[in-house]
Amino acid sequence: MAKADMLGESLWDAYSDKVTTLMNNPQHQGELFQGEVEKRGHKLIVADFGAESCGDAVRLYWEIDPATDKIVDSKFKSFGCGTAIASSDVMTELCIGKTVQEAVKITNIDVELALRDTPDVPAVPPQKMHCSVMAYDVIKKAAGLYMGVDAESFEEEIIVCECARVSLGTLQEVIKLNDLHTIEEITDYTKAGGFCKSCIKPGGHEAREYYLVDILADTRKEMDEEKMKAAADAQAAGGGNFEEMTLVQQIKAVDAIIDENVRQFLIMDGGDMEIIDIKKNDEYIDIYIRYLGACNGCASSATGTLYAIESTLKEKLSSNIRVLPI
Amino acid sequence: MQVYLDNNATTMCDPLVVEAMLPYFSEQYGNPSSIHKFGSSVHPALMKAIDQVYKAINASDADDIVFTSCATESNNWVLQSVFTDYVVNGDKNHIVTTEVEHPSVLSTCKFLEDQGVKVTYLPVNDQGVVEAHTVKSFITDKTALVSIMWASNETGMINPIKEIGEICKEKGVLFHSDGVQAVGKIPVDLQDVYLDFLSFSAHKFHGPKGVGGLYIRESQALTPLLHGGDQMGGRRSGTLNVPYIVGMGKAIELATTNIEEKMSMIAEKRDRLEDALLKLSDTFTVGDRKNRTPNTVLISIRGVEGEGMLWDLNNGQIGASTGSACASEDLEANTVMLAIGADNELAHTGIRLSLSRFTTDAEIDYTISHFKGAVERLRAISSSFAKQQPTKGGEAQACEMH
Repeated sequence: MAKADMLGESLWDAYSDKVTTLMNNPQHQGELFQGEVEKRGHKLIVADFGAESCGDAVRLYWEIDPATDKIVDSKFKSFGCGTAIASSDVMTELCIGKTVQEAVKITNIDVELALRDTPDVPAVPPQKMHCSVMAYDVIKKAAGLYMGVDAESFEEEIIVCECARVSLGTLQEVIKLNDLHTIEEITDYTKAGGFCKSCIKPGGHEAREYYLVDILADTRKEMDEEKMKAAADAQAAGGGNFEEMTLVQQIKAVDAIIDENVRQFLIMDGGDMEIIDIKKNDEYIDIYIRYLGACNGCASSATGTLYAIESTLKEKLSSNIRVLPI
Repeated sequence: MQVYLDNNATTMCDPLVVEAMLPYFSEQYGNPSSIHKFGSSVHPALMKAIDQVYKAINASDADDIVFTSCATESNNWVLQSVFTDYVVNGDKNHIVTTEVEHPSVLSTCKFLEDQGVKVTYLPVNDQGVVEAHTVKSFITDKTALVSIMWASNETGMINPIKEIGEICKEKGVLFHSDGVQAVGKIPVDLQDVYLDFLSFSAHKFHGPKGVGGLYIRESQALTPLLHGGDQMGGRRSGTLNVPYIVGMGKAIELATTNIEEKMSMIAEKRDRLEDALLKLSDTFTVGDRKNRTPNTVLISIRGVEGEGMLWDLNNGQIGASTGSACASEDLEANTVMLAIGADNELAHTGIRLSLSRFTTDAEIDYTISHFKGAVERLRAISSSFAKQQPTKGGEAQACEMH
């Protein structure tokens, strides 16, 4: 825990000056009325998102020129805290002058960026990022109403973390690619779960369809199954075929054998190992490894342990294997 | 002008209390457990503080009042040690409490549930009060403890502690009350009310932060929470916090002397504030004033989100409180407002104003005027008061997923 975390932040001190200014004096709060908009030959779209009973609600008004689909004027009304009002105000500002098709591309991240005083300092503390998500949701809803389509149709992929806009596919890929084990790691890599925290597990600010804990568990399970399959394939393939495998298959096969026969003993002693590379060297297959933790520099790492690793791989995969620690 | 109306969170330390504490920092700094004169010379001051506290809540000498670091410690001590003494080392397995307790009770109960204890969380009625007959109906022969707050920090509503005490006595069940919002605010007479344990905290009655106490009826056994040097007769170890205990003694004396008179002075200002704010349309306050701590009002203002209202009050140099905050991970809808059965949307519109004996009439006037201005401004922005209806199909579902 950082020293500052012992005290917890002062919520309002974390707001940008822009948030404070717009909360105190929103520029686009107000209403557009059917009669007046029609008189100008334009179309009025009014969309609600959220409700008082959820703790925040926003109503967005668009005056659209049907000839060009351009949003010529926009207003909002909001039931919410300072960041909700400031986010709604900036959202309205961003809509004006855009076509409906352009406006629907405005995301909560654009809204938050527009609220920043300096480009690299967030405008709101993480748990308030959620307020800008409402802005994005209500834009999609308004666009859906104007274009006569479902608001969901603007979303091409399943978004798990609305605050950071991270999709299910991205999460699965990042977990696999970087061998992630914890939610904290996922947040470090993708920012998902770093804001309002609703998507981490059930019981947060709002109910979600997908939660990071489940995605992590499912993906890890999938990875384990793949690993087991690779190990099974490697064993079924027998020693002779190891030399004909692709490099990736070879690495997987070696990893699976290590997992099954060796790693547990290394971890027990507070260490571990990783495969650095596999190279063909005349009749030999050289597997370069690196010791980690307590194994690194321990007495038997060049003798007993190394012999055990090499003999296991020789027995299971190929008699031509040599293991070289680096 | 700045106005502090968050006295249920903490209070200003009375300058008279600070004055009483000062000699015990750099002049008489001895450890009361030491046998030399530096230690023994602080005993008279401690004895005085002990007398002041016993007198304030009318405890008898057969009872114990143990000084702790705060009411959170006192509450944890009772719950965790009742668990040790009556569940782990006994044949009980059940605790009765309410949905609206302070987190130091609720979180400890959740922790004990993880250890296998059954906990019943009683609801409150539309007044925000837990009814004695409800308590009675949930006590079983497995119940070790009933823990019910004397008065609510959120609403100020006072529970029927005397009645519940009689029920617990009759049923032979231990009764603990978190008295943080009662001690120093309303009369607390432990010869009149039957309680086994009572928690309190000095900083809620113009004493210093970091000191509180636990009353234990007739010195009954309760395994210590803190083990160590056997201070406080072995009940709570840790070097006695002499200046703070002296401060608490002075503070509780000041708060409880002529308490009825002080109560009516505070209530008069509170009522004036409440009446003025209720003149605003679409507002309501929680609970009958006659059964409320004299300093508290919880008001709901339709169409104005609680945190937004706090923001505007803060801009006017007024400090108040809300149990709700929009889109915050830990500040959900006001649980008390939900518990009393107010419509869900009202749970996000509660503002708590809590006065003290230092609140002035001028401050009340200023607050009334600024409060009205804030409501006007925020209602002008609020979607709840918008006139143009949404385009067909553009209406929001209640609490849709974002």
